[in-house]
Amino acid sequence: MTPAEPLSIGLEHYLTVSAILFTIGVFGIFVNRRNVIIILMSIELILLAVNINFVSFSSYLHNVEGQIMAMFVLTVAAAEAAVGLAILVTFFRNRGDIAVDDASMMKG
Amino acid sequence: MTLMAIAFYLMSAVTCISGLLVVTARNPVHSVLYLILAFFSAAGLFVLIGAEFLAMLLIVVYVGAVAVLFLFVVMMLDVDFSKLRQGFANYLAPGAVIALVLMGELILIALAISQRGAASGKMPMASRPDATNIQTIGFELYTTYAFVFEAAGFVLLVAMIGAIVLTLRHRTYVKRQDIFKQVTRRRKDAVAVVPAKSGEGIQE
Repeated sequence: MTPAEPLSIGLEHYLTVSAILFTIGVFGIFVNRRNVIIILMSIELILLAVNINFVSFSSYLHNVEGQIMAMFVLTVAAAEAAVGLAILVTFFRNRGDIAVDDASMMKG
Repeated sequence: MTLMAIAFYLMSAVTCISGLLVVTARNPVHSVLYLILAFFSAAGLFVLIGAEFLAMLLIVVYVGAVAVLFLFVVMMLDVDFSKLRQGFANYLAPGAVIALVLMGELILIALAISQRGAASGKMPMASRPDATNIQTIGFELYTTYAFVFEAAGFVLLVAMIGAIVLTLRHRTYVKRQDIFKQVTRRRKDAVAVVPAKSGEGIQE
């Protein structure tokens, strides 16, 4: 792993950035238990970390399939954001609040 | 190479710091703006590694659509956001511990993988030398992954219909023009000839 040049950027650098971003997303879900908007944004951050992982492996393995997978991850992330925010708007209309830690309407 | 290293460290630092600010900002509108910054810097990282098409896609889809959607929802909802931060200090310590453990493990795995030799070359090269990045992606996407591509389109369609169904509501107190009702209205539904006796009114 010893880099030939002191400042060359390898796969491990990108994977480290991805790991940090993933961890920030998980941390955001932990600390913002009540605010569902921040939770959705944290999920977006996690998916961005996954995308960085896919793209860096795709680039360093000289295989473009990782980038195609990243496109599909992007698609699903966009769909998830749209449906999640729609559910959030409906929830707000019904309850007048978006605190999700006491969202127990489904229990009947 | 030095310039690339500087650009990489700058982009990744901006990405990570703005990501951290997304989850810790007091105002959700600021969170959305930091999310936009994080995605923009991540797009810069993608350009550095040679995935130009995905970088542009990230900007178009996230900054252009998803972040604006978040911004609309945050501004539309009339919520006291300071009340939603009540548990923040309680969850801070365990969340930080778990996050640090997770980050240590992930970075360890990343270093181990790159030491094992998963990367074939030092220089990133995503596309074939005779084709650009978008040509390579398009060739793969429309041949090998054509059905998956159409399935992705179907996922988007389902998400669109789902979002519309969830948020559409019919207000009963708003009068609307119902063209079918107007066109199918006949004379006998509206007008009636009632024989009236003199001196008496017409009973309904």
